[in-house]
Amino acid sequence: MFLILKKEVFAPDTFLWEVAAPEIADAAEAGQFAMVRLKEGGERIPLTIADFDRERGTVTLVVKVVGRSTEEMATYSAGERFLDFIGPLGAPTQVKGKNHIVLVGGGLGVAPLYPILRSFKELGSGTTTILGFRTRNQIFWEERFRLLSNQLLVMTEDGSYGRHGTTIDALRFILSGEVPVDEVMTVGPIGMMQAVAEVTRPLKIPTFASMNSIMVDGIGMCGSCRITVEGKVLFACVDGPDMDAHKVDFEELKVRQNRFKKEEIASLKKYRGECALKKEGRIF
Amino acid sequence: MERRSKTILRQKVAMPEAPALERRNGFQEVSLGYTPELAKVEADRCLLCKKPLCVPGCPVAIDIPGFIRQLSDGNLPAAYEILKRSNPLPAVCGRVCPQETQCEVKCVMGRKGEPVAIGRLERFVGDWGVAHGAAEEVEARLTGKKVAIVGSGPAGIACAQDLARAGVAVTIYEALHEVGGVLVYGIPPFRLPRKIVNQEIEGLKRLGVRIERNKVIGKIFTIEQLLHTKGFDAVFIGTGAGLPKFMGIPGEHLNGVMSANEFLTRVNLMHGYEKADTPIGMGDSVIVIGAGNTALDAARTALRMGAKEVTIVYRRTEKESPARLEELRHATEEGIQFCWLTQPVRLHGDVNGSVVAMECLRMELGEPDLSGRRSPRPVTGSEFRIQADTVIYALGTVANPIIARSTPCLKVNQQGYLEIDPQTQMTSIPGVFAGGDIVTGSATVILALGAGRRAAQGILQYLGLSREEERGEGHGLTMPAVSRAG
Repeated sequence: MFLILKKEVFAPDTFLWEVAAPEIADAAEAGQFAMVRLKEGGERIPLTIADFDRERGTVTLVVKVVGRSTEEMATYSAGERFLDFIGPLGAPTQVKGKNHIVLVGGGLGVAPLYPILRSFKELGSGTTTILGFRTRNQIFWEERFRLLSNQLLVMTEDGSYGRHGTTIDALRFILSGEVPVDEVMTVGPIGMMQAVAEVTRPLKIPTFASMNSIMVDGIGMCGSCRITVEGKVLFACVDGPDMDAHKVDFEELKVRQNRFKKEEIASLKKYRGECALKKEGRIF
Repeated sequence: MERRSKTILRQKVAMPEAPALERRNGFQEVSLGYTPELAKVEADRCLLCKKPLCVPGCPVAIDIPGFIRQLSDGNLPAAYEILKRSNPLPAVCGRVCPQETQCEVKCVMGRKGEPVAIGRLERFVGDWGVAHGAAEEVEARLTGKKVAIVGSGPAGIACAQDLARAGVAVTIYEALHEVGGVLVYGIPPFRLPRKIVNQEIEGLKRLGVRIERNKVIGKIFTIEQLLHTKGFDAVFIGTGAGLPKFMGIPGEHLNGVMSANEFLTRVNLMHGYEKADTPIGMGDSVIVIGAGNTALDAARTALRMGAKEVTIVYRRTEKESPARLEELRHATEEGIQFCWLTQPVRLHGDVNGSVVAMECLRMELGEPDLSGRRSPRPVTGSEFRIQADTVIYALGTVANPIIARSTPCLKVNQQGYLEIDPQTQMTSIPGVFAGGDIVTGSATVILALGAGRRAAQGILQYLGLSREEERGEGHGLTMPAVSRAG
């Protein structure tokens, strides 16, 4: 069992767990993911590692409620324990010293960008960080990013905080500036990562995106997370999560992300029904 | 001793089975095993050959006439002891071994009738042993040596058992949350009940073997760390099968298309058969591509998960199918349909990106290829379509890259499988051994068990623990030819 040391609620549907897992913290590198299994019969939930602290022996996850299992995760509090924690998984982000790198994070994708930023910073790279949120109350970790970024742009789609606009607007603005950019790294919704790739493609700036395709085992066995990259089948769990964003077939990925839409809706409905019955004391 | 009736039965004693129409709706075991009376009758068919042909057919050289004689005499503990001496998992192998291409094919009884049902007898004795907790608790003198085993599948179990009996402190690192490897994520419970696997694992624990689940070696600890910071004296790698193969035909990205590994993992490992949380993503009409044991497992699992129609598509004929004969018969009885000599060429999808049909070509058999099987070639203009909302690929796997990528000096072949010394199973790194599918590619449980045992001998030798009298022919663990069955 793994102990949740801290829980922080960022927004109604977004929360953070800090989990005691010294061995995973010791091995983790920026860009890797982990899997949570809450209880017997539970799903293996893949989550990109948002932070790790080797001295404290902790791993931090930032989670958005998107379905049955993440909704159940949200019911856990600090001090509670969950069954299985597996990681680190996937290949770490290739962090090499660059003159200047731009990091683009959208929504939940902001979280795993943090250890990537830290790694680049440690190697002395110049960093511009672009964070995008829908609205003000979804913003988290602004200060953490500000401390390590040479330049930080916070964007909100409704203009309620920071600059009004999308991460793509900000990226265009940065790329039209005078500082030459060596590489762009992006984590976030598929549509956003695809748009980032389209902005950097004509400029021939190497661009990497973190793939969050649907997984079962996460250790290179089932092939559920396969992605077409330049016509070749690659697996996000062992070949990724980072992939060359200019080569990924994002349109296909979008369709594949809906593979279990029907089942997910039914499962969430069933779970909520059971929760309601539990509240009423009709099942235990 | 009066052991034989006057007339010798030409046919095997049939093994009781759950009726096809009943069993296809659930995950209870299909073959029910012999009763003691049936086992006795079948055991009495064995001629107890002085120079048995069956034994060399067995990849781990079980003393087959030896255990059958004890069974025939009603001495089950002795029969079980003989099995266990060569095979760490008799109850498992009695169920999943391709006996018809290994031991039974060699049996002289088969010349004028059916061979002795060696597999069914092995299963009977194995089940007796498991039910009676008969795996001996060896009071091994601890040697002070520590070995890490990567993977808790058949190869790892076999290696762990032999090492623990020799007084080595063994820790198994399992990547998944359940222990048993392919025995739990791959082979479905209707063919291998979970109880059998769990009892075998309990036996390992009684021998003092430690098992750590959810530890992916190559990620949380590297092989180098196991040897240099974790204090293990040697490591055995038995990580098993890897990523699934696809064909590279148009439409494989469509939703509803998945590998047998994925489908079986969702149902078996994630307990889809008990309606656990993980979705299955299966529709009403299912096509399975391939005709090996995994393909049949996937097809029969689909039926049990509620598919209305399940069709197996294979480019050769039934004769070339690498599946166990019994599984082919069971699948047919349960209503699986077979499209032999059929080659998929394209998958068609709808506007939502979900698969709706498979386009195929009829094939005909040409000259035998390198594997001795007649190679199929397409009949021109024979295109046709099969409707399907689920397509499952069971075409085998490629090597899992995790260990190789994280272990710089480890030699692999062109396909990514680990290179070993066939005598000792040692890899290119001293003290690091390997066996099972990560060395051979997809093979059988029994070959993995044999490799695990050979590696245990290699490790004991490497650690200076092997006793002279146990070396050489005693263990009968020479490298066998790879059999055709999967």
